[in-house]
Amino acid sequence: MSEHTDLLIVGAGPAGMAAAIAARRHGLSVRLVDEQPAPGGQIWRGIETVAATPRAARLGESYLSGADRAAAFRACGALYEPESQLWQIEPGFRAFITRGGKARIVTAEAIILATGAQERPVPFPGWTLPGVLTVGAAQILLKTADSVPEKPVWIAGCGPLPLLYMTQLLAAGGRIAGFLDTTARGRVRAALRHLPQGLGRLGDLMKGLSWSLALRRAGIPTIRHVTELVAEGEGRLQRLRYRAEDGREAEVPAEVLLVHEGVVPNIHAALALGCAVRWHAGQHCYVPVLDAWGETTQANIFIAGDGAGIGGAEAAEPRGRLAALRVAARLGRLDDAAAELAAAPERGALSGALALRPFLDALYAPRPQLHAPPDETLVCRCEEVTAGELRARALEGRPGPNQLKAFTRAGMGPCQGRQCGYAMAHIVAAAQGRPVEEVGFYRIRPPLKPVTLGELASLDEQEPAA
Amino acid sequence: MFRKLHDPGPQAVTIFIDGRPVVAEPGESVAAVLLRQQEGWNRTTPVSQSPRAPYCMMGVCFECLVEIDGQGSVQSCLTPVAAGMRIARQQGRRSLSA
Repeated sequence: MSEHTDLLIVGAGPAGMAAAIAARRHGLSVRLVDEQPAPGGQIWRGIETVAATPRAARLGESYLSGADRAAAFRACGALYEPESQLWQIEPGFRAFITRGGKARIVTAEAIILATGAQERPVPFPGWTLPGVLTVGAAQILLKTADSVPEKPVWIAGCGPLPLLYMTQLLAAGGRIAGFLDTTARGRVRAALRHLPQGLGRLGDLMKGLSWSLALRRAGIPTIRHVTELVAEGEGRLQRLRYRAEDGREAEVPAEVLLVHEGVVPNIHAALALGCAVRWHAGQHCYVPVLDAWGETTQANIFIAGDGAGIGGAEAAEPRGRLAALRVAARLGRLDDAAAELAAAPERGALSGALALRPFLDALYAPRPQLHAPPDETLVCRCEEVTAGELRARALEGRPGPNQLKAFTRAGMGPCQGRQCGYAMAHIVAAAQGRPVEEVGFYRIRPPLKPVTLGELASLDEQEPAA
Repeated sequence: MFRKLHDPGPQAVTIFIDGRPVVAEPGESVAAVLLRQQEGWNRTTPVSQSPRAPYCMMGVCFECLVEIDGQGSVQSCLTPVAAGMRIARQQGRRSLSA
């Protein structure tokens, strides 16, 4: 297998696959690396296996639409490397990848990061207990392992995903104990002013409404405007306490609690590469600074898909194709006029796909309590650092997230700040009375994923002798 | 804490969790199988030895680390099951004499 390609794509979700197909169409050699064993990303996780099974039908049309995409990607002629972790990119570009316990270096002229999104971390007391998972995790278990919670499950959070998962779970014969809806009061009114521009996406709106209606018809108990959550138990989740905005409190027995407060772009690779990011006030997260093709502030590094800002699968595909077109033009496979011509329908598709986003962003904006967890909450799951410790330290000499990381080890564990980064930023901001976007984020350095000494040693063997 | 909705049938494989044989289905992850076990946890933390279980199932949280076929701290949510695979739950921090 050649170690050089024109283009390296990271991630085999909707954006990465669309980019690969478009780049191949213009004659580029393409390598696509992905952590998962099969293409599809999170939205179409396991689609190649699942599409042929009886459970495919109850996962819905938009999931099934991934089967054609995966097939087209398989046929496009890109070098596809599943189960591979990218942990460093050097200028040039030299990318360090680990697969099957062996590390190696591959080279490329341009890079498209299609690393997608992760669920927004939701620190609350007890969120580290076995039995607390994200809604996304449970949906992956449903898709890839046909598994559902054994006992009636509690679901807490907001956004389209909990509604979709609950309808899929009911269709699969799963049981729901109750839905703790954390959508804050007044969000509907705030969202409505964004509705006119989203009316072109009436289908999506109807889909969302149909999920809500299905849950109502199924008699799922729903508690609105939940502000605080506490998970408790000896060694595993046994009880759940919650408080609603009107002060109502309750304690219920629980074995599995699924949480979800929206998704945020994966920006670790972009940050490590020195790509500029900006605070997105509507989505309450950092997004990379990109031009109209998805190119970052670092030349020939592009970001497509939800990593560019949350837009969903339908926005991810045109973003992937736009980036591929630009790379093809850069490398002389397409003249600029032809690239512009081909980009026009993609830009149209992208703006159509994003039309409902401001409505959804406003409706499901994170509740304020999410960013101000009680002192006893473990903010850094890996190194077990509490919100209280970070708060106290944040008052001593106005440190930023990176100094607090050095003081407390928060953000130094194997997840490298993927779960505590935003909580850290908000805690520092609140303690010091500064806007969160001014506080900044962890400085992200390679390796982007933990690498063993053995893997590093395997890399040395492949280096040409000096 | 989770249950599988269908019987994997003749294509089922056997993997070993702490030496105990467990039925699994090709295509599912080790983490998915761990979540169907009575114990409900896959490691204890290096800091306070508290039990942890898979949380994100997509490779970002690193809670699902286990030892697989002798290699420690493998992300079980990213590892598909294979016949005969040997999984060991991880306890606390690793030691040099392990």
